[in-house]
This record gives sequence, C-alpha cells and structure tokens, in this order.
Amino acid sequence: MAVALRQLTYAQAINEAMKIEMRRDPRVILMGEDVAGGATVAGFDNEDAWGGVLGVTKGLVQEFGRNRVLDTPITEAGFIGAAVGAAATGLRPIAELMFVDFFGVCWDQIFDQGAKLRYMFGGKARCPLVIRTMIGAGMGAAGQHSGCHYSVFTHMPGIKTVVPSTPADAKGLLASAIRDDDLVVVFENKMLYAMSGEVPEGEYVIPLGKADIKREGTDVTIVAISRMVHQALAAADTLQADGISAEILDPRTLSPLDEESILNSVAKTHRLVIVDEDNPRCSAATDIAALIADKGFSELDAPIKMVTAPHTPVPFSPPLEQFYVPSPERIVATVQEIMG
Amino acid sequence: MVTDQNVGDGTQTLDKSLMLRMFEQMLTIRHFEERASREFAAGKVPGFVHLYAGEEAVAVGVCTHLTDDDFITSHHRGHGHCIAKGVDVREMVAELLGREAGACRGKGGSMHIADVHKGMLGANGIVGGGFPLATGAGLTCKYNGRSQVAVCFFGDGAANQGTFHESLNLAGIWKLPVVYVAENNGYAESTPVTYHMSCRDIAERAAGYGMPGVTVDGLNVFAVYEAAGEAIARARRGEGPSLIECKTYRYHGHFEGDAITYRTKEELASYLERDPIQALRQFLQDQEMASAEQLNAVDQQVQERINEAWQFAEAAPLPEPEEALTDVYVSYR
Repeated sequence: MAVALRQLTYAQAINEAMKIEMRRDPRVILMGEDVAGGATVAGFDNEDAWGGVLGVTKGLVQEFGRNRVLDTPITEAGFIGAAVGAAATGLRPIAELMFVDFFGVCWDQIFDQGAKLRYMFGGKARCPLVIRTMIGAGMGAAGQHSGCHYSVFTHMPGIKTVVPSTPADAKGLLASAIRDDDLVVVFENKMLYAMSGEVPEGEYVIPLGKADIKREGTDVTIVAISRMVHQALAAADTLQADGISAEILDPRTLSPLDEESILNSVAKTHRLVIVDEDNPRCSAATDIAALIADKGFSELDAPIKMVTAPHTPVPFSPPLEQFYVPSPERIVATVQEIMG
Repeated sequence: MVTDQNVGDGTQTLDKSLMLRMFEQMLTIRHFEERASREFAAGKVPGFVHLYAGEEAVAVGVCTHLTDDDFITSHHRGHGHCIAKGVDVREMVAELLGREAGACRGKGGSMHIADVHKGMLGANGIVGGGFPLATGAGLTCKYNGRSQVAVCFFGDGAANQGTFHESLNLAGIWKLPVVYVAENNGYAESTPVTYHMSCRDIAERAAGYGMPGVTVDGLNVFAVYEAAGEAIARARRGEGPSLIECKTYRYHGHFEGDAITYRTKEELASYLERDPIQALRQFLQDQEMASAEQLNAVDQQVQERINEAWQFAEAAPLPEPEEALTDVYVSYR
C-alpha cells in the first residue's frame, strides 16, 4: 500500500503523532505547563489557546478534554514525578518539560525515580513515560533556555534518548516512544519546529535504535545529531563541489545507539567526523568517537574529529551564539583537514 | 477512643476480628524489625537498614483501610508499610539478604523494597522522593474512576523538601484521591523537629493546599485508623486529598549502627511505656475481646512465621553475578 505523503512542519508532525497515539490508546495522557494553555476555560476563545509555549500541542485539549490534556502549575518536580507515578500505576503519560535546561529542578524524579524504578524493583515494574523537551541554541534564549543536554540523559541507564532531525522522523520516533514501555526522552530542537518536510499520513512508527543515512557518500562519514544533520547536509554540498563525497549519518536515537550502522559507514569511508551541538565533554560526540576508536580503529585512515559547541553555557548576543553553534563552514574545514 | 462501633464516615466497622488482625500485623512488623536488628548486628544483612519498631500503629492503622487495588509510597523506613500492605515477609527477608527470591530479586534491598502487584510502590532512598510518585498514582486512581486511593507515607524530615509543597499543591488543584500521612517521629536523622520545622505541626501546612489536616496520636492505632478512615473515604468519594500527621516515635536509631547520641534514655523509656502494641494488647484484654493466652498464641505464631521467613531466605540462592545486567529496560533494541 502506498503511503500518502504531504508536507508538514516538524511541530505539526509532533502534534499529529500525539493525536494519533492518543486516539489509539486511551491510557495516553499529556501533561505540562501550558499544554492546553487556557483552552476549554469558560469565556475563553479555544482556538486562540496557547497549546504549549510554542504551540506544539495546540488543539489536543479540544479533542481529548481536560482529563487527558492537563495543564500543570510551574512545578516540574511535582508533575514530572507525578508522571512517573502515573506511569508505574498503569497510565502512559507524555510529560512536556518545556526547556531541557529545566531538568535541574526535577532531576531526582527523572533520574532517581523514573529511570531506576524498574531496576530497583527487580524488573517487576514499568515506567512507560515519554518526556518531550525543547533543546537548541539559535533563538537568543541564552543560558537557561538553549542547551541540548541529551548527553546527560544518555549517560543514565534506564532512559532512552531520541533526537529527531526531520518532520517525518519526529512523527515516527515520537509514536514509537509513546508505544515504548520504558522511560523515553524526546529532544525537540526548537530551531526545527518551522521546518517543513514530507510526512507519512496515519499511523507511522520508526523503531528506536535505528540510524538513518540522510545522504550517501564514500569519502567521509559525518555523524550528525538533531539540527546538526542540516548543518552537515549544507557542508556536504560544499564538499561535493570540492570533489569530496560525505555520508551523513543521523543516529536518530542516542540510547539505544545504532553502533552497527556507524561502524558499517566508517568501514566504507574510513574517516569520521562527529557534529554535535551539545557541550563536548563526556558527550554523545566523545561516546561515538570512543566507539569507533574501540571497535573500528583498523578502518580509520585519519584521526576522528569532533565539531561541537564549546565548553561554555549558551551565550546570548547573536554573534556569540552563532559562534557557539557548529556551522557548515566549521564542518567543511574539519573534513578538509582530515582528507589530506 | 474508638471501640467496637462504626467510625469515620460510618462505612468502616472496627470489630473484634479487625482489631485482632491489626494486633497481629503490628506484632509482625515488630518481630520482623527486631529480628532484622539482631541479624544486622551479627553482620548478616548487607547495606543500610532503617527500622520501624515503635511506629507500627501508623502503617497498620492506615493500611487496614486499603486493598491491593490501592497504592502506597514509602520511604527509608519502609518495612512496616510493606507488611501492612500485604507484601510477603519471606520475599522481604530474602530481599534484605540480596537473594534472587527477594521482592526485588535482590536489586533493591531494604531501601527500595517494593511490590507493585500489592500496590506497594517502593520504599525510597530519597527523602521526599515519594510525594510526586504518590500524587501520580492518585492521578491514575482518578483516571480509572473506580474509587482507588493512593497513600503517601513520609517522615517529618521530608516535610521540608520542595516535593512536599509541589505535590500537595498539585493534588489540591486536581482534587486527587491521595492521603499524605506524616510519620512525625521527632527526628530527621539526628535533627529534632523542634529545630528543623518552622511550624509546630506538619498538619498546619494543609491549609496552604486547601485540604483538611489533622494531627493524631500515632501511638494509638484506633486514632490513626479513625483519621485515616475519614480521609480515605473522602478521597474515594472524589472529594480530594488530605494530610494526616501521626505523632510517633522510633525505638531504634535512624539506621542500624546509629549510636543515638542525640536523644536521652529517659525519652526512649517514656515512649516504651506507651508502646502501641502493648496498649492494644491491654485494650483487647480489658474489653475481654481476647485472653492473654490467645494473644500470646498470636505472638507465638507471628514469631514462627518470621523464623520461617528467615530460614527460607537464608536457604535461598544468591543471584548470578550477570543478573546485574538485566531489568534496566523492558526492551533495548
């Protein structure tokens, strides 16, 4: 059966995934700050309700009602922890942590409760919880609203981490996360919300732990995460003009990580550059570099290179922020450096 | 004092058989804890152990109102809650000893002992960690719409964590069927409640969340039973959360091995004179509901059950080392 495709934005694709999964399973509920945004309140125009701070959950409360779409107070430890408790007792909550930087105020509930519950209870409990959260620099949102931090979550056992880079991936991976019986954190890059792309209609699921080759190439493997996929694709165009064929590999999930696809690609190209907007120490980038150093070293014709954010918080002023985010130019220069 | 009559909202009957069951459960907790204390001192129990002896009236007075379909969360001092909620004592001892047959297959130990099938959502190693979990369980109860409730047991120390405020506020605005039960034993580890809390009673704080708050004598199982009955019935009727503060006392230190240098022997002695199990025994005898011989027989049976549980656990195999790698995820690729 041919799957119908049409253009949706990344934000619309995320909204559609939630809508379809909530229709499919009455145990799925959505909770977070402003996810209904005043909608269904008497005397208020429902159509104009916020539906999340950037409108990603718009319209869901009108279809599913207040029992399933819950505005929470600004109380992350309270409602993220309540989502863990609800998940452990039979619901399948989607909890929206508005900006990932806010994990600091609910760290215990995510890491000490949700992530460890199944293990500490000897496999006799489940935590089928999805935490959706916004990441990424580029909007001038400065130090407490712009981080990526998926590396921190990937470090912790008991959590799966999902980093979609396109509207179709966002839909398929979020649907998969909602159906998953473990705690899954989906990192939505706010700079991608307005990006359009072809998205399959209806139920659409992409399995977790399966990388995607976003562009095939033969000379160098560029593993790029989230928005960095698009920076790498732009770099690949420039490199092509120089006669360098870059393969762009999007891991799509960092935990589990599709090690095999990365190893296979490096075995083909013999060069590896990792592009990651997260801070560079103990990060997804260093993790993937270590993987290849350990299991793919004999395939390498050049040192592994990383193009990452610096070891700083995200700065505010536009030239500083632009300097912070890995650019296509830096990727091109790094690839040229190892082509020798 | 409540006697053989309807209590709370009138739906609960505290009859003789119920009182005898509470007596037996309180004794089970006491003997479980005293045995654990001896075995810990003998070096047989790995890790940290925090004992509940002295506080039995709280867990039993509350959990007598609950079924397996209701949920509880607990804290460091969780053995009593497990027993009162019906967790198998053999699996509990096996867990303390890190056996494969343990309630958590040896992966949790005393501080994380749990049995979700009994609605026991775990002891908790994080002070205040249970508030949001119980609140979320309350959300499930409300969503299910079949009059389930969630109970959150917490200590006086936890009442100063931010999660207390966040959770009670959330339960208040959503009118969740959650009963928050403070076990105020006078000390957060070694720090007295008179120092660490800015108000006299934890129950006073209920006003800030638009819910009823009462302080009861946590050494009196009838007082706990009655207050819990009212709060739980209210929750089951869909009228929202409550806060109950039980003033109680722990006989042991914060953990086994604690030299207890922060309180006097006289203070302990004064509480031992008001022992909740002894008080219940005296009541049952005075009311001629049971003879001393009958109650001694119950005591004997409980001790035998605990002995049998230890024999079972000591004979149970330890897990294979590779078991450390399982149970992190339901599935992983």
